[in-house]
Amino acid sequence: MKQLFSFIRKEFHHIFRDKATVMILLMMPIIQIILFGFALSQEVKNTKVVVLSTTSDEATRRIINRIDASEYFDVVGTVHNSDEIDAAFRDGKAKLAMIFEDHFSENLKHTGKSHIQLIADATDPNAANSFMFYASNIISNYQQDISQPQSGGGMIVPEVKMLYNPQMLSAFNFVPGVLGMIMILICAMMTSIAIVREKEMGTMEILLVSPMKPMYTILSKISPYFVLSVINFATIMLLSVFVLKVPIAGSFISLLIVSLLYIFVALALGLLISTVTNSQLAAMMISGMGLMIPVMLLSGMIFPIENMPAFLRFISNFVPARWYIDAVKTIMIKGLGLGAVLKDVGVLLLMATVLVTISLKKFKVRLE
Amino acid sequence: MIKYLLKKEFKQIIRNPFLPKMIFMFPLMVLLVFPWAASYEIKNLNLSVIDSDHTPYSQRLTQTIVSSNYFRLTDISSDYNHALKSIENNKADIILQIPKNFEKSIINHENVKVMISPNAVNGMKAGVGMTYLASIIGEFNATLISELYPEMAKNSSSIIQIDSQYRFNKELNYQVFMVPALMVMILTLLCGFLPAVSIVFEKEIGTMEQMNVSPVPKIIFILGKLIPFWIIGFIAITIGFLVAWLDYGLIPVGHFLEIYVFVAVYIFAISGMGIVISNFAQTLQQAVFIVFFFMLLFIMLSGLYTPVDSMPNWAQWLAAFNPLKHLMIVMRSIYLKGSNFSQLAQELVALLGFAVAFNGLAVLSYRKSS
Repeated sequence: MKQLFSFIRKEFHHIFRDKATVMILLMMPIIQIILFGFALSQEVKNTKVVVLSTTSDEATRRIINRIDASEYFDVVGTVHNSDEIDAAFRDGKAKLAMIFEDHFSENLKHTGKSHIQLIADATDPNAANSFMFYASNIISNYQQDISQPQSGGGMIVPEVKMLYNPQMLSAFNFVPGVLGMIMILICAMMTSIAIVREKEMGTMEILLVSPMKPMYTILSKISPYFVLSVINFATIMLLSVFVLKVPIAGSFISLLIVSLLYIFVALALGLLISTVTNSQLAAMMISGMGLMIPVMLLSGMIFPIENMPAFLRFISNFVPARWYIDAVKTIMIKGLGLGAVLKDVGVLLLMATVLVTISLKKFKVRLE
Repeated sequence: MIKYLLKKEFKQIIRNPFLPKMIFMFPLMVLLVFPWAASYEIKNLNLSVIDSDHTPYSQRLTQTIVSSNYFRLTDISSDYNHALKSIENNKADIILQIPKNFEKSIINHENVKVMISPNAVNGMKAGVGMTYLASIIGEFNATLISELYPEMAKNSSSIIQIDSQYRFNKELNYQVFMVPALMVMILTLLCGFLPAVSIVFEKEIGTMEQMNVSPVPKIIFILGKLIPFWIIGFIAITIGFLVAWLDYGLIPVGHFLEIYVFVAVYIFAISGMGIVISNFAQTLQQAVFIVFFFMLLFIMLSGLYTPVDSMPNWAQWLAAFNPLKHLMIVMRSIYLKGSNFSQLAQELVALLGFAVAFNGLAVLSYRKSS
């Protein structure tokens, strides 16, 4: 036991002497959460609009004002012909062009009908869809306002009640994602690089010929990263609750249990990687490209899994982060208990067992 | 002298077991897999209907919604708890509750409320689902009224007809939007990571010391490290172009010359950054980690996932210092809109500025003696 503790102390010294890395390890989740929470938004706002209108009349001015006043749009200028619209798009000066029919107000008053043409820069199709929708909404709201009220009644009035996330904060989606990614980064990537470094430097040989049990070597290597992960978990939780105002609707204990399980799986992954590689570069590439990218892409953290084609959904089942993110969302946001996440917990347990077994078997007690 | 350095670098790269494979496989893999995963399109929203009315109107409403193809009906029930269970089990994304006396109220000129309850864990999905549903209900409402009171419908309204046109990406294809952006990401990872790693690796194994005691001037040495990665970057991006063409049928509207010029400046800038980091890092682990940290930050703030225009002002200001953001705009503009140099002048200046700054810093901060 005493041996184990002195080795754990040694490992802690190693890591904390590298101040730059520790700083980044602790700062990274904070920066990510702040960015995700306050900077990244999937909403399409501040779309720049140019207007082509030959007649400046009451209706056109009113509609343009409404569009400019909306937080979704920013009217940046007027154009006089189709070429100028094209130039504005290619320059990136605007993404939407509104073309009012000649004699717009007159036509509206006398014939009851008029035309507006909306031309969108569809480079980003999602954004294009969104802002076209917003623009159409603003225009039809105006249309409703000037139409005589229908004395027929019988209107169906939709009332909306948001479940679980009344303000539609996107934070609910990515906080679990950031958790998942940071854990994998620390536990898998850093752990594997640390273990492999000893192999590369040759000090692993010394450890192996010592009377110290190999299991203790492994445990001592894993422990500092375990502690760092738990610290990061606490940091992220605190930030989410107090800065992002994302409450933990469910039980904190369940959240803790699921997170500890995930950390365990990530550590086992790091261990596995360290047993199959002999160079730090290789460890870095495998954990960097092989783990981070699937986690970012296929775990449901940023891009919803339901949208993916079948074979990608199949692959995402093998990404531990996917199950973790699912469980955290259910507990944190829907407020359900461990019972609701049995499937996720089961899969993570299975992964942990398999990974640890393979790593232990592959751990070479002798140098070949 | 630089000739020999370059020869050495190339030999090392080719002999490396990983590197040549990665240069070819990485762009291939990313471009073949990513665009399919990275999609925000909202399809197949699962709807659970609570129909407490059971009248022809309520059934017609449900029918109309389903036939719009945006929604999939998962279940129709008569009580809220059942529907809520569907949401808890993730079987349904949104609940529509049609109250009793739905039909009667409409026929009797009374307004009637329907309740829409979306699962707002994914805010965007909830927003989109809600707006689609509301607009389908609105159209249904208008149809009903024109059936019941045909004269009224004709007289009362002013109609502004909206004509929508989508330019540059008429089919609203999300893959087409992602592919140029992913090329930027590939370039960044290959040409940002690798130079940094290669220099620190030499530091760690000690061959850097030998280089330092030689008469090779700093600039020549750094150029010797940069040029191979330039070439690697060009190869990678050419592979990217091929994949984009063969797999997605995507050909840039603009000219390749413009793209290659921008890419050249960009690689120069980003590998300069990699070298700066490697000058300050002592171990491989440190270098990898720091580069990774910056890459992540840059990727998030680049417009790959979420539009830069939607960010608050302070974030947009930060993004202006992000070389990725500029190249992302360039790639997408040239590929999809056919923009040329004069239209992208701002980005060119920014990228040149980065290149000069990073490489200047790299040469200045390189110390032959520690």
